[in-house]
Amino acid sequence: MQEAIARYVHDGNVVAIEGFTHAIPTAAGHEIIRQRRKDLTLVRMTADIVVDQMLAGGCISTLVSSFVGNSSAGSLGELRRRVERADPEPLEYQEYSHYGMICRYLAGAQRLPFYPLRSYFGSDLPRIQPGMRKVASPFPDEDGTYEEIYVVPPINPDVTIVHAQRADRSGNTQMWGLTGIQAEAVFAAKRAIVVVEEIVDDDVIRADPNRTVIPALAVDAVVECPGATHPSFSQGYSDRDNDFYRSWSGISADPVSLSAWMDEWIYGTTDHAEYLAKLGEATLARLRVGQALSGQVNYGTRLEAADSASDNTKDQQ
Amino acid sequence: MTSLAADIGISATELLTVVASRELAGRHTVFAGIGLPTLAVSLASLTAAPDLEIVYESGVCGAHPSHLPETIADAVLITGAEAVLSMPVLFGYVLQGGHIDVGFLGAAQIDRWGNLNSSVIGPWEKPKVRLPGSGGAVEVAANSKEVFVVMRRHDSRTFVEQLDFCTSPGPDRALAEGGRVRGAGVTKVITELGILTRSGVHDELKLTAVHEGISVDQVRENTGWDLKVSDDLRVTPQPTADELRLLRTEIDPRRVYLR
Repeated sequence: MQEAIARYVHDGNVVAIEGFTHAIPTAAGHEIIRQRRKDLTLVRMTADIVVDQMLAGGCISTLVSSFVGNSSAGSLGELRRRVERADPEPLEYQEYSHYGMICRYLAGAQRLPFYPLRSYFGSDLPRIQPGMRKVASPFPDEDGTYEEIYVVPPINPDVTIVHAQRADRSGNTQMWGLTGIQAEAVFAAKRAIVVVEEIVDDDVIRADPNRTVIPALAVDAVVECPGATHPSFSQGYSDRDNDFYRSWSGISADPVSLSAWMDEWIYGTTDHAEYLAKLGEATLARLRVGQALSGQVNYGTRLEAADSASDNTKDQQ
Repeated sequence: MTSLAADIGISATELLTVVASRELAGRHTVFAGIGLPTLAVSLASLTAAPDLEIVYESGVCGAHPSHLPETIADAVLITGAEAVLSMPVLFGYVLQGGHIDVGFLGAAQIDRWGNLNSSVIGPWEKPKVRLPGSGGAVEVAANSKEVFVVMRRHDSRTFVEQLDFCTSPGPDRALAEGGRVRGAGVTKVITELGILTRSGVHDELKLTAVHEGISVDQVRENTGWDLKVSDDLRVTPQPTADELRLLRTEIDPRRVYLR
């Protein structure tokens, strides 16, 4: 993790960290804080606890998101101080909606100049968000008129960081449960870091290729970091730490207590393994999950001999 | 404030849940978040709307959770679910594709046309209170056939003549800007005092039901505009023993959301 962040995340970069409640790569956010990155534009649909922590770490100067909040468990103290009182300094905030952000990633992943969506007519959002603009469809409707529609610009982060359950050494990444916007965010980026619970043998990936949500060609670094999502969860590996979510409002409400938390848990740990050790066995045991294995599918194998298969190919040429 | 809830020993959440669940009769697909909407949908599927399916904003369709979920993305919603969709599929194909009958939304402010504010109190550039923002609410408002709103607080600070900021507009504001309208916008607002209803484009919210023990004047005093009252105003029937039993013993026995 230290190496991946040092190599791919630089001051002033546009950094996307995705994971919709599930599989949030919190440990990568912590490492960015430890390495004291500055002036990042952070792109994250649901700005949550890891964003509050990165704000407190002084890493973020611009935030692009469609939701700010500690899910349903309370408030983000640092974010609210920055937005409501410019305390300790102002934060540039770009507010979108969920589908607006999704469309921005879709445009970014496909290297399109914009992406249309049926939202925003009548909303005040376009007034404060210059990225929402109207264009006329080039194609007439049945009644001969040309529909106006809002479009949003692409996001092409310098680096996208996501979490998944497993990948092979070359970066073929398998994910299950809530897959959110992770694949689009990776394809939209110039560089992508995938953090996984475990790096597995090639055979494990190849036995179920449809589960590969992100292929190796889109991945620059694979980081094995078990438990990297705490306090969020990783389907099949660890559960969500709801107690931690509920406690965050209190921790972040006061800058002094937040700063003490940062000193103890982030600056006071050298890496995520130390952070987890500090959480302690009782907490980790509480977050452990049981098994619910997927069923199996039959991908099939060709029964005729391999030799005759190659003969067929020759005949067709 | 005295209320029906206190009088008959039930919580405001229980009352709002029961009222919301009854309003779901005849609907099929509901797009919702966690908390009160989850309870209402669960109760409705056992009572007024057996065919109801909840589509969660996290991408889960046809959830069969072993435990009551604590978030829209609780792991127990995934295990055993009928489908788990990515964000482009959920928002692009399911919601914008027109498959949702009822979207459930909350808001900090609502006006008489069912326009909603969930972004800020005060000016957007320098807000007094920064709220969570849209999330998917703009899309839910624009693309669901109708929208139900549950407002825990019914007072003149939440039911306002003029929104501080319009996050999620109803069809009238969309039309005024030249947009095309697909759904009816907010059709029902369920509060601690009663139910406000509007039929669709060009109609404003009217008081159509009050809970027992609540007067029309009380509702009007707590509404920031000159609230119209339906000619055939109803009194909400009390939660039945069966509805309360289902909620308390089957749906949320650990009282995660039942406050």
